[in-house]
Amino acid sequence: MQLYIRPEYEVIRNEARCIVCRVCERQCANEVHSFDPETGLMRADESKCVNCHRCVSLCPTHALKIVKTDDTYRENANWEAQTINEVYRQANTGGVLLSSMGNPKPYPVFWDKLLINASQVTNPPIDPLREPMETQLYLGKRTIKVERDEKGLIKDTLPPQLKLSVPVMFSAMSYGSISYNAHESLARAAEELGTYYNTGEGGLHSDFYKYGRHTIVQVASGRFGVHKEYLETAAAIEIKMGQGAKPGIGGHLPGGKISEDVSKTRMIPQGVDAISPAPHHDIYSIEDLKQLVDSLKEATEYKKPIIVKIAAVHNAAAIASGIARSGADIIAIDGFRGGTGAAPTRIRDNVGIPIEMALAQIDERLRAEGIRDNVSIVAGGSVRSSADVVKAIALGADACYIGTAALLALGCHLCRSCHTGKCNWGIATQRPDLVKRLNPDLGYKRLVNLVTAWKHEIEEMMGGMGINSLEALRGNRLMLRGIGLTDTELRLLGVRYAGESL
Amino acid sequence: MKINAEELHYTALNAAVRQSGEDIEIFGCVGQRYLGAGLAERKIVVHGTPGNALGAYLNGAELIVCGNVQEATGDTMNGGVIEVHGSAGDATGYAMRGGKIFIEDDVGYRCGIHMKAYLSHRPAIVIGGRAGSFLGEYQAGGTIIVLGGHKDGKPIVGNFCGTGMHGGEILLRCDALDAALPAQVRAERIEGPGSEEAISLVKEWCTRFKRDEAPYLEATYYRLTPNAENPYRQMYTPN
Repeated sequence: MQLYIRPEYEVIRNEARCIVCRVCERQCANEVHSFDPETGLMRADESKCVNCHRCVSLCPTHALKIVKTDDTYRENANWEAQTINEVYRQANTGGVLLSSMGNPKPYPVFWDKLLINASQVTNPPIDPLREPMETQLYLGKRTIKVERDEKGLIKDTLPPQLKLSVPVMFSAMSYGSISYNAHESLARAAEELGTYYNTGEGGLHSDFYKYGRHTIVQVASGRFGVHKEYLETAAAIEIKMGQGAKPGIGGHLPGGKISEDVSKTRMIPQGVDAISPAPHHDIYSIEDLKQLVDSLKEATEYKKPIIVKIAAVHNAAAIASGIARSGADIIAIDGFRGGTGAAPTRIRDNVGIPIEMALAQIDERLRAEGIRDNVSIVAGGSVRSSADVVKAIALGADACYIGTAALLALGCHLCRSCHTGKCNWGIATQRPDLVKRLNPDLGYKRLVNLVTAWKHEIEEMMGGMGINSLEALRGNRLMLRGIGLTDTELRLLGVRYAGESL
Repeated sequence: MKINAEELHYTALNAAVRQSGEDIEIFGCVGQRYLGAGLAERKIVVHGTPGNALGAYLNGAELIVCGNVQEATGDTMNGGVIEVHGSAGDATGYAMRGGKIFIEDDVGYRCGIHMKAYLSHRPAIVIGGRAGSFLGEYQAGGTIIVLGGHKDGKPIVGNFCGTGMHGGEILLRCDALDAALPAQVRAERIEGPGSEEAISLVKEWCTRFKRDEAPYLEATYYRLTPNAENPYRQMYTPN
């Protein structure tokens, strides 16, 4: 017996405005809209609607809107409609609930409970339009002994570094989970912005090798598309130990999404599932992790920084301390609100901790142990604005990864249906007719616009604090004050309450 | 070129190997890791015991080891040959995509895990003795052959053989299969190694380790393959 589940949204069409041009019908890969020849009107089957707003955006007469249905089960604060529907879905199918994008639940967002300082009277603010403002930075290991040759000149013993002109990089999204055109947009934007994008664990398409100097390649448990040239082409190599959206869970790209091109890039046969389980089966300890770090360094002759990416989990600080001793150059931490192309709903919504807490604790722990400069820290997992970036840096990050924000710039409307592979915006799909909707010539410019705008805002905020380089902001928690936080939260974040002076 | 490795740290040994550009014979290998990582085209003969991740990301070179090898031999190997006159540790051939690994004796746990094939890349592991538990775990392609020449009376494979397997094949030379297989793996009893590819792999193992071919070719094998194209597809409900 399949129990009927009332659709969450209703498609409202203003018949007075509708000109029956059928754009909505052509644009909807979910086949919500159809033309009724008998009445000459458009119809909508809202049971298929994912609320991606493609039709709303493209309707030339703005005749469409999507509204939350007012149909309701008997109201119950404990058993909300979503909770009830999930039970029905599982009773209908016997399957694990699968969702996409970041955790949508109303957990506290600590970014929004942190306030940034500004200078007044003494230590005056700086106007970034007139005065130099340093947003360039390097990621990598900084603890080296200065050595001199026989002539007394300093020997170059600096480990490899990543140079960023802005403290924002595009986080790991694999070709397979997102489209060719989305990858091209990210790669070209990274090049123009002087930053990096990340291949995710799906290999690097041969067309994009030319962007290698702005590419971070990932090595995950499944090792898809990992080979000598892939490693050598990249600017840095990221070992994926975990992902914020699904800590402790691996990836499973269904065979249906393994198109010919994805197959070439992942170096696996077409149509066969790509399974990358949670553990690396050769890593059971920090010593084992060190071996993978070292083997990648050997294979690339010590020319590339190695990043180790972990999900923000309860013991993140202790884990990061281990990673900082593993020979890795950079730690990437991914908070529990980070996005994903597909994750079990229960994992996405219930596992992991906020990036703000993990970041603050990791920075504090590494400082306390005197190993903070062994590694750089990159924070991701729902960094939504330039203000979040500034707060992250003040909490101890060297730079941030953005994923969801970058996809929004490309047109994503956060309908959280990536796992269906029918993304109407041409992002999370491999269907050629949908992929071509995302024009990389326009897409990359939108990404450049976004990050450039953030850079200006970061400069404004830094200038306001009287700080003229990112270096002086990093870990500078006196620039933050908490609001609406408990004593424990303030202690963990290492910040004072709003109004509390020095 | 000959290298005495006894006093060398692995970074120094590997740097010497990288810089030489010619075939190399290494003596006194004492656990140096990552030997031959990413190497293409050359031949390296190793006397002694190399450390973990021998031939990681190997890209066409031939590594011959006169002795045992440790963990993660041929990790993410893309091409080339690794020949081991002895036994290999855990995770041998982890995620290998191309090339061949020949082991004279036994392998540890998780041999051939994540092994995958792609077009002309057809990885193979041939094991003379027995394999530990989790042989061919998550195997997505390629061929693993276990010849069962061990004399210790233990079963030819340990527990959980082929767990998560969704491609490729495992061949076990034995008269009866006493391993419990997961539901997604199908076993078929055949006479001889089966395909021409498998026969040539068995012959190559015999040549490399100087064994008479007949007992290996004229024998009963069990051929393990996944029982469906996407055996793990039905697990999810869109939410």
